[in-house]
Amino acid sequence: MQHGKYRFIAGFLALPVILYAVFVISPFVQAIYYSFTDWTGLSSDFEMVGFKNYDWLLHDDIFWKAVGHNVLLLLVVPLVTLGLGLFFAFMLNVGGRGRKNAAVSGVRGSSLYKVIYFFPQVLSIAIVALLFQFTYNPRNGAINAFLGGIGLDALQQQWLADPKLALWCLMAVMVWSNVGFYVVLFSAGMSSIPKDFYEAALLDGANRVKTFFKITLPLLWDTVQTGWIYMGIIALDAFAVVQIMTVGPGGPADSTQVMGYYVYTKTFHDGQAGRATTIGVAMLIVTLVFAVIVTRLGRRERLEY
Amino acid sequence: MGFSSEVGRRDLIKRSAALGLITVPAMSALSACASGGDDDSKKVDKGKKSAKNPLAVNESAALDVVIFDGGFGQQYAKDAEAEYAAAFPKTKGKIKHAATQKIQTVLQPRFNGGTPPDLVDNSGAEQMDMGTLVGKNQLTDLTPLLDAPSLDDPNKTVRETLRPGVVEMGQFDGKPVWILYYAYTVYGVWYSKTNLAKLDVEYPETWDDMLKVCEKAKKKGIAGWTYPGKFPYYLPFSLYPFIAKIGGREVLDSIDNLEPNAWKHPAVKAAFEAYYELYKKGYILKGTPGLSHIESQTAWNEGKALFIPNGSWVENEAKKTTPDDFQMAVSAPSSLDKSDKLPFGTLWASGGEPFIVPKSAKNPEGGMELLRIMLGEKSTKNFIKQVSSLSSLNGGTDGLDLPPGLASAQEALTKAGKNVVNPRLQDWYVTLQKQQIGVGALGEMMAGRMTPAETIKKCQKFADDTAKDDAVKKYKHV
Repeated sequence: MQHGKYRFIAGFLALPVILYAVFVISPFVQAIYYSFTDWTGLSSDFEMVGFKNYDWLLHDDIFWKAVGHNVLLLLVVPLVTLGLGLFFAFMLNVGGRGRKNAAVSGVRGSSLYKVIYFFPQVLSIAIVALLFQFTYNPRNGAINAFLGGIGLDALQQQWLADPKLALWCLMAVMVWSNVGFYVVLFSAGMSSIPKDFYEAALLDGANRVKTFFKITLPLLWDTVQTGWIYMGIIALDAFAVVQIMTVGPGGPADSTQVMGYYVYTKTFHDGQAGRATTIGVAMLIVTLVFAVIVTRLGRRERLEY
Repeated sequence: MGFSSEVGRRDLIKRSAALGLITVPAMSALSACASGGDDDSKKVDKGKKSAKNPLAVNESAALDVVIFDGGFGQQYAKDAEAEYAAAFPKTKGKIKHAATQKIQTVLQPRFNGGTPPDLVDNSGAEQMDMGTLVGKNQLTDLTPLLDAPSLDDPNKTVRETLRPGVVEMGQFDGKPVWILYYAYTVYGVWYSKTNLAKLDVEYPETWDDMLKVCEKAKKKGIAGWTYPGKFPYYLPFSLYPFIAKIGGREVLDSIDNLEPNAWKHPAVKAAFEAYYELYKKGYILKGTPGLSHIESQTAWNEGKALFIPNGSWVENEAKKTTPDDFQMAVSAPSSLDKSDKLPFGTLWASGGEPFIVPKSAKNPEGGMELLRIMLGEKSTKNFIKQVSSLSSLNGGTDGLDLPPGLASAQEALTKAGKNVVNPRLQDWYVTLQKQQIGVGALGEMMAGRMTPAETIKKCQKFADDTAKDDAVKKYKHV
């Protein structure tokens, strides 16, 4: 009965595969090809230079700094975003005290909170970055003004102009702008979990923390995993916030340099498109490694309900 | 039946979706600029050479111009294009004008595809790397333009009407002239005569006086200095001529030439230490390291700080926030002490707004002719009036009522006489100057996170790295 199966699949997939090959695979191949040239991006003549760009890349301090920052973003941003997303979603759906008819429900006003949480998601990241740039402004920005207003002048900072804080400031913005989406996504996931599970758990005397880890999280695992990959890709990019908000940009002292922005500066400022594509290839490798790790780690038995 | 566990329909979809998710963002960055076709030149025919048309412009050919829409705006270029259309009536409606702040993003694909415009004002934070353009032979030699008679006086060539140093700045190696700098920028320490008068002081001509003025200001709650902390490469506008003044112009030349240990010259150390003292004594406006150029200029306009290193475009750029009685002025850097090699008045002035005619432009003669028109007296006066900046045309200010900043720039230039320096780091090695030395070293020093000694070490390392990098084309002072 297996017979003809592959032809059947191929028939369905032919068109998408062709489109995919032309628009996704071919730029890949092209980019990898350019990474072996000394192409400037300003003229169409270039020569093959072998592994010279890769050799440069391995010895380039800024590139390694950028990789370090991306890895840090990769660890912190998804963890905090998804953690907060799960927490808020849990509170919105299961966190409230049991009211008349339902054993489990969200906190009061949860539907309003959902809208508020989702709001940052509606704004374009460029607007968000611009807004926060003003917020962080050390002279008349909202944060320092607030700290000054409540008498905590000692805590006022240079924020984006301080190499120790700049990257963390960016992370806060990335978390802020993404958390709402996951609140809504996880809320949707949680509302499809049958209420009887919770009721049973409550009858057995489980508290909220226990319900979360024993029921909600396991049943939501697929969603969390998808969210993790998606968040990871956002963390590996971070281009817009760096470009719009930071000193230099990419500074101060390269403290917010990320791979995506480095590709951009190499192409559009230095006229070294060959090297830029090399960084792009490195980015591709990092992304693939990340995706493989996440899918391997996240593999679990699926529960049907 | 058909689909059993082996293939797993869900898995297939899931995996392809995951792959798609990964690849799209990663590759969009890479595929943004695939290189285009070869340069199969489709130039327009030359026109007839005549006294009115010395460059033999094709009188009916289209003209394609891209202008950097920054501190100077674009109106001056539009006005010059109208002159061009008046001189060659058959081009009516065929002059294509575009203006952008993102020069490189807009033009890189066109250069790469072999269809660049006929004239480009390659300026701003996103200018294309000149070294690369010249190195890859992407520009037209402007010598014919310089040897053509000037617009106003047929007995003078365009070359003879330009300010000293302008032609040399457009040369990279030897004879050809690749770039024509249209504006003429005076860099230095900018201040408000009114605000100094309020403190009952004059512009300090020595560093000791500078510190005294700052101290006096500090007592009144005013900062001495501010600068665009987000773009600290404004600091060199007053710092580099200061170095030249202390140690002679050879110090700057050896820095430009990327000579080993150029930064370790005692003059550099003395200048860095003087500036660092401004930070240490608390004379820098609080929060300056986080300010953009507009924000710092505004704070300066509001009288929160007395001095700012800047270029003569600031008068036009800060117009909206400048009080009417501000009396903007520029001065050369103060003297450090009596052993300075060059007299007070030594300052940095050089061409700004680099105009280029791409090699594969369709109508290069047209591009050059437009430049010739722009360098005529009529367009120059129009430019000066509109944007309060000098142009590369020597003179042209006669009979004009100059705004205070520009008048002061003109004065400073006269006072400097021969002692005008022109550090080339910022057009030869853009990344080294802006990102590395500017943001990575000077910005860190002035924010108090690096001592002068560490900063010098850093600068030297950056310069050495650039010297070693064979992807960067090198230039030397002749």
